[in-house]
Formats: sequence, structure tokens, C-alpha cells
Amino acid sequence: MKYVAEYRDPILAKQLLAEINTAVTKPWSLMEVCGGQTHTIVRQGIDDLLPAGLRMVHGPGCPVCVTPLELIDKACAIAARPDVIFTSYGDMLRVPGSQTDLLALKARGSDVRTVYSPMDSVRVAIDNPDRQVVFFAVGFETTAPANAMAVMQAKELGLRNFSVLVSHVLVPPAMTAILDDPECGIDAFLAAGHVCAVMGWREYEPIAEQYRVPIIVTGFEPLDLLEGILMAVRQLESGRATVENQYIRAVQRMGNEHAQSAIRRVFAITDRTWRGVGSIPESGLMLAPEYADFDAATRFEVSGIVTAENPACIAGDILRGVKVPTDCTAYGTLCTPRMPLGAPMVSSEGTCAAFYNAGRGRPALALTATAGSR
Amino acid sequence: MTVQSQAEPSAGLLAASCAVPIVESERILLGHGSGGQLSAELLREVIVPALGAAARTGAMEDGALIHVDGHDLVMSTDSFVVNPRFFPGGDIGSLAVHGTINDLAMMGALPVALTLALVIEEGFPIDELRAICESVGRAAVAAGVPVVTGDTKVVGRGDADGLFINTTGLGRRLPAASPSAAQARVGDVIVLSGPIGLHGTTVMSTRAGLGFESDIASDSQPLHRLVEAMVDLAGSAIHVMRDPTRGGLASALNEIAQASGVQICLEESAVPIPPTVAAACEILGLDPLHVANEGCLVAIVAPEVVDALLAVMQTLPEGSGACAIGAVIDATVARVVMSTLVGSRRIVDMLIGEQLPRIC
Repeated sequence: MKYVAEYRDPILAKQLLAEINTAVTKPWSLMEVCGGQTHTIVRQGIDDLLPAGLRMVHGPGCPVCVTPLELIDKACAIAARPDVIFTSYGDMLRVPGSQTDLLALKARGSDVRTVYSPMDSVRVAIDNPDRQVVFFAVGFETTAPANAMAVMQAKELGLRNFSVLVSHVLVPPAMTAILDDPECGIDAFLAAGHVCAVMGWREYEPIAEQYRVPIIVTGFEPLDLLEGILMAVRQLESGRATVENQYIRAVQRMGNEHAQSAIRRVFAITDRTWRGVGSIPESGLMLAPEYADFDAATRFEVSGIVTAENPACIAGDILRGVKVPTDCTAYGTLCTPRMPLGAPMVSSEGTCAAFYNAGRGRPALALTATAGSR
Repeated sequence: MTVQSQAEPSAGLLAASCAVPIVESERILLGHGSGGQLSAELLREVIVPALGAAARTGAMEDGALIHVDGHDLVMSTDSFVVNPRFFPGGDIGSLAVHGTINDLAMMGALPVALTLALVIEEGFPIDELRAICESVGRAAVAAGVPVVTGDTKVVGRGDADGLFINTTGLGRRLPAASPSAAQARVGDVIVLSGPIGLHGTTVMSTRAGLGFESDIASDSQPLHRLVEAMVDLAGSAIHVMRDPTRGGLASALNEIAQASGVQICLEESAVPIPPTVAAACEILGLDPLHVANEGCLVAIVAPEVVDALLAVMQTLPEGSGACAIGAVIDATVARVVMSTLVGSRRIVDMLIGEQLPRIC
């Protein structure tokens, strides 16, 4: 596949690994921010091939994982209403709320539908004028522009039966929150390539400078990650701390200004609770006043639903990179992708699920499901 | 350490600290039909126990071997509920014929007769029904198997989604054939008859309107002639055969690893994934190893027959892409692993429930 196969070449991968081996003289901890990057690293076993002392820490960049429990409960409350068609990206459906999840609601008669784009959701609203159609607008800066476009389109079309339940989060405030944590041992970041494709990397420059931390805008294929790691290591070894772009085929310094203007028009910056991490100031997006009519939380009066996050849950430590899934006593036993206890086990981008699916630190016994069945 | 002893001490802790989900255990989820772990659970915990003494024990296979007066007969049944009913490369009618023929073929049997049962929703267009039945007829004639009996039921509008088809096949096992999911042995080679992921990706991208429809087609086709050629050449050296339908290659190989108690290792670079399948899976966030196939088979064979077997398979259109993709490496643990492109190794797991496309 053009522009993918080239970035999975085994010979080039081995060359990059050799260069990393040569470049490393001290132990370093690198955090890949995005769940898509974690997925590739764990799936390809890249971290197992790195020299001893060079540690990959898996960051908070799985949108499914950081969506607060309270919002899942709000989504379930809305989806349970008979007048509602609840639409969502697929991997939000299995995230456990405090009482149920969206797939179980669907099995009990709620109209819950998977869509591939928020525009599909607008189409569902046009096709079902007598039903209320809600889209679960989650994700980082990557999904925000399309969600903004859907809301703008719904407003232009005068759709009264379309709304969005918003839980957008922003990467830079999460990075600074991690760096401000006294337990933080992160020496460099691999920034999320697709977030930067939208936002550019200007907002990372002050972080690199203030915290003296190299930030490498990195893609998602094996060679992207290996090259990003090499660039980070070279900066660390030479005492530099700047923003560099590995993902040159997709990212420019200014980002995509059309996408940014759509975000600015529809959304406003707000404080946001990250599941397992807690509240981070100015780390999320909410609907701007001009589009507040499209807020599903207000329309269906679920703002009153309050579900406390328990700070004892290890998911928070995993999302901050302080612990790895195999540190958790429930990992692979009580908590599996089949019966996830916490969100990082749900999406394949979640650190726990990525570990589990790649068979990390898992007793072989956990595999003995059954013999075949058809 | 057992799962139980790890689980017990932390149970109370977790109930207090984490939001423990109420796992749906009273109602059927769509994922129970996915061919993955949920399907296996449903069989193991509900259906087989409920059948009681009537259920036959032993390894779960694609079909059942029945000895009748010295003849080895094979029976298999399958229901078809595909949406959309027409897709590039086939339709629900041809699929209903190929699916059941292939289940017989994976038992080393050639089809003798098929049944055809239709559950039709009130209001269903008769023209469409005719077109689908004509497709059943064409597929059966092409495969050389008669449709010998059938049944038609009509249910009220809203009581079924258009049309459901069930076919049951009766087959006669080739005398030299003896494949079983429990027969994979250390040193065996994993042989695949062709590229994976075409059927599932075609159906999903047609459903999602991704616009791949012109570039991709289901691989739906009968495999009994390929199996006959393979058995003629290699006979009992073919230890296991499976058509990796729902749940994909990953689930089929995991079932084999479990049934045989062996560890299978795949070479990522050797697994043939067509570029369009790879592209569609990238967009949908799916793993090609979990995507359904309807026209390819995976065989686990003795190493000494591999070269000759591949040569014979490649002479037939349905085996033209035949290749070796891995081996049974040991019997220390029942699982499937994969040597990754960058030279590391990971576990390849069964699909759990439904395939859920990723956000980004």
C-alpha cells in the first residue's frame, strides 16, 4: 500500500535500531503521547528491541481511555431514551460506565448506531426528522475539526433534531500536566503526528523550551516511531531540547488552518476532567455560545449526572505513564478486553488492551478460552 | 500461578476502587455472533450444556463426521444473514451455497446434497427473492451439488430483516482424508490458499459506503475441488483444515492451537493481505487477521509435503495464491504468535466480540 508499506520495511527498521543502539549512552524515558503510536509500538514489539535503559512510557493519548466515567454515564442516560438515536465511533460503545455500556443498552432495545464520521450522524438526523439524533463527540484535536463541521452543517441546515455530547480534550495541557507531576520521569516526548497535522507544532515550542524537553512530532508506522525515537535520543545525548518534525509527509509548523478555524468557530476552551488523571485547566473543548443549542447534555438535561472518578484506580497512573499495565493486579485476570474494568483495556489504542492483545506479561492460562466453536 | 489465585485477593480492592462494569449476561449481544470469544462462551456455557446428553463431545469442527453402514458421511449447517444481501463478488444466495460446501470440504468431504431453508419478511420483493434463488441455483450447479429439499417461512413485517437463509449440506468424506482441529503437530507448516480479508472488507466497506466497492470483491467461492486435489496428493499428511470465516485467520488458528495444544508462529511478512484490504482496514481501524473470509482455507500439514502441496494448489484458480505462512513451533503453550516485520514477536489473539472501528 503506497505510503504505508514503505514505512514498514524490515531492513530499514533494523538499520534504525542499529543507529539507536549506537546513539544511546545513558538511560532515557521517552513518552509517546498518542494511543495509535502505543498500538504500533506494542503490536510490532518495538520497545522489546530497544537498547536496555531506553524506556518507552505510554502516554494519555487514547481518546476512549481519557473520556470521564461521568460522560459515559451521561451518554448511556441519553441513549436509553426511546426518542433518541445515539451515534458514536465504534470503540466508545464498549467502554464501561458505572451501570452499563452502550452495547448492552443496544441489546436491550436502545437505538445505538456506529458511524464512521460525524457527517454520517447528520445524515441520520436528516433521514429521521421525528427522532433526536445525538453524536458522541470525543477525541483530541484530530477529531475536533470533523465534529465542528458536523455541528456547523447541522446549524446551516436548521436541524432541530441533531446534537452532540462533547468531551474533546487537548494534548498540550496534558503534556504540561505530566511534566508538572513530581513523579514525572519523562525525558522526551514523541508528539502525536495527527494532532499536529491539524494544530501544527507552534504550541509545543514553549513547552520544549520551558521544560528543557525534546519533542519530536512523530508518525504512526514502525519506521516513523523508530526514527522519532532516534531523533529524540540524539537531542537528549547532545543536550538539545527543541521541537523537531519526523512526520514531514503530513505535518507543517502551522498545521491545517482551515481545520483550526472550524474548531475555533464551534468550540471554546474549557477545563476538562481526564479519566483517571483528574481535572486539567483549559484542557478541553466545549461548544461555543453560538452553538450551545447543539449541546446534548443541556437538551436532555443530563448535566446533573455526577459520577465520581476514584483516584485509587491505577488507570490514572497508567495514563500518566507512572505505571505500566503489568503493575496492576487485575491486569489479564479480572480485567481483560472481554470484561474491561477500566477504559485503557477497551480500545485497541488503550495501553492495557495494547499490552494484552500483544500478550504482554500474561499467563498462558489466560488464553485457554475453549477449543473451536462455530 | 492460576488465574483464580491471582484474581481473588484483588477482587474486593477493585470493586472499591474501579468502576466495575455490569457485564451484560442476560441478553444476547451482537458480538455473540462474531465467531470470536463471545461466540465460544455462548456455546460452552449455554447451548452445549442445555443440549445435555444429546450434544456430541469432542473437538468443535466445521462439520460432523457420521459413520453410516461403513460410509463416512459429513453434515454441516449454516445460516446466512449478511447485510447488504448483494455485494461485489457475490450475494447471500451464492454465499449460502459456498459457505456450507466449504464447511464440508474442511472435513475432507465432497458435497453430495444441499438443503435450502428461507425465512422471508412480509413485504420482501419477489423479484429480489427470485434473483437470490437463481444465484443459489447457479452456485449449486457450478459446484456440482443438487439442492434436494427445502423450507419456506414468511414472518410478519418487522419480525425479520428481509431474508435469512439456512443451508445444510451432506457430504461424503474422501477416503484418504482425516483432518481434525486436534491434529496439529510440532514441526507442521501452516499453508494458506490465498489472500485474506477480502470478504469481510468488501461487506463492511459496502455497508459503510467507503467507496472501495469498485476495487474490491468478496472471495466467496467453493473450495471442495481444491481440497480434493490436496487430499489426492497429501492424504493424511494434511492434519488440519479450516476456512477462516467469521473471526478471521486469527480466530481459526487460535481454535486449532487450543484443540491441538500447540503454539503456532506466523511470519507477518508472509501473510498475503491485498493492498485494498490493508487500506480499508487502516481506515476502519480493523485487523485483517480478524476479518472474515469466504473463499480461502488454512491447512496445517506435515513439512515433507509442503512444496508438492503448494505446487498442486497453485494449479487451481482458488489456490493460485497458495503460500506457507508459518509453522507449529512447540507444544509448550496453546497460542498463536507472530514474528513482526521489525523482527519482534507478539501474540495473535481471537476476536472478542464485534469488530469495533477505532476513533482515529
